[in-house]
Amino acid sequence: MGYRKVAIVGAGITKFVRRAQETGKELSWQAAKMALDSCELTLDEVDCVTLGTAPDAFDGVHMKGEYLADGAGAFRKPYMRNYVGGGTGVFSPIHGWFHVASGMADICLVVAEEKMSSCVPHPQGAFLTIFDHTTEQPLMPNLIWIFALEMNRYMQAYGISKADIARVSVKNKKNALDHPSAQVAEAITVEDVLNSETLAWPVNRLDISPASDGAAAVVLASERVARRLTEKPVWIDGIGFSIDTAYWATRDLCYPRYVETAARMAYEMAGITEPSKEIHVAEPYDPFDYKELHHMEGLMLCPRGEAARLTADGVTARDGNLPICPSGGALGVGNPIAATGLMKIIEIFLQLRGEAGKRQVPGKPRCGLAQAWGDLMQMGTVVVMRN
Amino acid sequence: MTKRVAIVGIGATGFRPITPDVSYREMIFDAARKAYTDAGLEPDEIGGFITATEDFQEGYSIADEYCPDQIGAVLRPTQTVPGDFIQALATGYMMIMTGAFKTVAVEAHSKASNVMNIGELMGFALDPIYNRPLRETPHTIAGLEMTRYMFETCTSSLSCAEVVAKNMGNALHNPYAAFGAEIDAHDVLNSAPISLPLHRLDIAQHADGAVVVVLADGETANSLTNAPVWIEGVGWCSDTPTLEMRDWGEAAYAQLAADMAYRMAGISNPAAEIDFFEICDEYSFKELQHMEALRLCMPGEAAHLVETGVTAIAGELPVNVSGGALGVGHLFEASGAQKILELVEQLRGEAGTRQIHDVEVGLAQTWRGVPTATGAVAILSNR
Repeated sequence: MGYRKVAIVGAGITKFVRRAQETGKELSWQAAKMALDSCELTLDEVDCVTLGTAPDAFDGVHMKGEYLADGAGAFRKPYMRNYVGGGTGVFSPIHGWFHVASGMADICLVVAEEKMSSCVPHPQGAFLTIFDHTTEQPLMPNLIWIFALEMNRYMQAYGISKADIARVSVKNKKNALDHPSAQVAEAITVEDVLNSETLAWPVNRLDISPASDGAAAVVLASERVARRLTEKPVWIDGIGFSIDTAYWATRDLCYPRYVETAARMAYEMAGITEPSKEIHVAEPYDPFDYKELHHMEGLMLCPRGEAARLTADGVTARDGNLPICPSGGALGVGNPIAATGLMKIIEIFLQLRGEAGKRQVPGKPRCGLAQAWGDLMQMGTVVVMRN
Repeated sequence: MTKRVAIVGIGATGFRPITPDVSYREMIFDAARKAYTDAGLEPDEIGGFITATEDFQEGYSIADEYCPDQIGAVLRPTQTVPGDFIQALATGYMMIMTGAFKTVAVEAHSKASNVMNIGELMGFALDPIYNRPLRETPHTIAGLEMTRYMFETCTSSLSCAEVVAKNMGNALHNPYAAFGAEIDAHDVLNSAPISLPLHRLDIAQHADGAVVVVLADGETANSLTNAPVWIEGVGWCSDTPTLEMRDWGEAAYAQLAADMAYRMAGISNPAAEIDFFEICDEYSFKELQHMEALRLCMPGEAAHLVETGVTAIAGELPVNVSGGALGVGHLFEASGAQKILELVEQLRGEAGTRQIHDVEVGLAQTWRGVPTATGAVAILSNR
C-alpha cells in the first residue's frame, strides 16, 4: 500500500555534555533553531511540533512536555509530546511521520531533549521508581543490575565473553572521535574496558554510556514540500514500534523479540526482505555495549549469537561491510536518552546524504536504519530511511 | 481527503472518588474489555494502541512501561502520549489516516486517589527557576486567572457559581458521575474560599476511572457496526507555558484548537451547526471562558447564556450534559475521555434520562489544567 511520502529535510544537534549550563528549554531551542536553519525554514512555516523526552524525573518537572513547549518552538501551534521511555528518540520521528503522512501537516518539527543532570546526585536515581511498586521496588533494583542480568544471560546463552562485548565499546568510542557533539570519545582498548571498575558484574564502567544533557531536532516534510526545500531529501520508508510485557521477569532476556517485531513492521512497510543485505548502515541503540549486539540480532542484521563475531571481524567497523553506529553511538557521543535516538536518526540522514564528513561510510549507502529501545527492556522502535 | 475515521467501540468504568477495591491496571482492563466487546474485536485484531498518561500522576518514572498488558498490547505497536486523551485520540486519528493502521485503541485513566499530595504535584509543573520558588499552588494561579477573566468580561462570581449548580445537577442523571448534587449558586459562594474569587465548590474534585476507545477507518467501521460515531474534526494547541507571557483573560489555546477542528469539519458557525458541547470546567469560570474561546458567543456573553438556561440540558446550546468535571470528577488525562464518552453515548442515543433528542454533532474540549495553556478539541457526528 502506498503511503504519503515523508522526508527528513533538515537536522540539528547540540553538543552532548555531562552538565549543560543551558536549561532544557534552551537546549531544545538550540536544536530546533539549527534544524530549521539547516533547511532555511522559519518557525512560521512549521505546521505542527512534536517533542520526545524521557522521564519527567530527570528534569524534575511534572508535565515536562508542557514546560519545554516554547523552547521547542511550539508557541501557539499544534504540539504534542510522545513518549516510549528510552525508545522515545527514534519514536519521535515516527510520531512526526503520523502528522505528515496523515495529511495533517506538511512541515512537522520534531525535537528531542534530555537534561539528565538536574537529577542529583545521579540520574540513576530517576530509575529507582520505574519498577513495580509491589513485586520489584522492595528489592531496590536499579537499571545496572537488571542489565547485568540481561548481559549475563546473553553471554551464557551464546558463549560470548566480556572481551567480545568490550570491542563494541572500543569501536564506538573511537568512532565518536569524529563526532562534533561527542561527550566521551576516546581511543581505548579492550583491556581498558575489562579493567574499568565493575559496577554490577558483568557490567563495567566502560561498558556503559554516560549520563548526558543534550537535544536534537529534525524537520519532516511532505513530498511536495520536501522536493522544493532540498535536492537531497531522505525518505522515511518504514516505521515500526512494539512493546513487550511489563512483567520482564517472565521473559527470556537473551533475545529482544520486541525489537524483532518492530523491525518486521518497518521492513514490511519498506519492502525489505533481506535486512542484512538491503540495509547498508545501521544505528542500533547502544546504551550498554552488549545492547548493540543484542539489537543487531533483534533487527535480523545477523543470526542470533553471531553479532559479537561480526564485531571481532571488523564487519561492523565504519569501513566494514555493515557499519554499525558510525556516529559513535550512545557509548561514544553520549546518551541524553531521547536526544540520542534522534541523534541516530540524524546520523543516518547525514550518511545517506553523503554529508557525514569524516564519519562517512564508504560505498554511497542508499538505505539505513536507526533503532532505539526502552522502558523495562521491552520497547523497540525502528525507522528505515532511504535517499 | 475522503477517508474517514470512526469510533466503533467504547468502554468505561464508573468514575468514583476512591477505588480501594481495584488497581489502576484492573480498572483499565475492565474498560478495555468493554470497549473491545463493544467493537466486536479481539485485542490481537487491533492495529495499534495509545495510552495517555503522565509519570508523576502515576507515581512511576517511565509509566508507559505498564500500559501494554491490561489492554492486550503485548508485542504490538504501542505508544504513550503524555497529554490529554483528546490529544491521544488525535494521534490515533492520524495513525489511521496514514493508511498504515486500520484500527487503533486509545486508553486513558485516573487513579487520583493514589496521589496523596495532588496540589504539590502540580507545583512541580511550574517553571523550576522562575515560578517554583514563589511556591504558588495551582489554585492560586487559577484564582488569578479567574479574577482577570471576570474583570475583562464583567462576569460575576455568582454567574460562575451558576455553572457549578448546573453541572452538579446534570450529573445526577449520569450513572458514571461521582459528584452529582442538588445545590444552588449561593451554596457555592458560601463554600470555603480557596483563592478568591475561587471557592471550594468552584473547583472540580478528582475521581478515579478508565476509558478505552476503539477507532477504525471508514470501511472497517461500516463492517463492524451500524452506529459508527465519526470524527469530523480534531484540533490541539499549546499557548506559551510561561505564566508571565500569556494573556490571562482569554483561552487562546482553546480558540486555536477549535479553529483547527472547525476547519477540518467545515464548520463556520459552531453555535448553529453543533448540537451539544462537553467543555472543560475544571474550574467553574473555565466553562464560560472556553465557551467564548470556542466562539459559541462573544466574550462576556457566556454568563448570560448560563443564567438564562440556554446551556441547560433542555436549552438551545446544552453544555456539559454529563455533569462535566464539576459533576463527574476531574480525571487527570482521562478528562477528555469522559467527554468523548458522553458524546458517543448521546450520538448513539444511549444516554438514558439525560439523552438530548435529535443530536447529530457534538463537540468535546479539554484543557490540561494549571499551569499549562494546552487544549484540544474533537468534533464527532453520527451522520
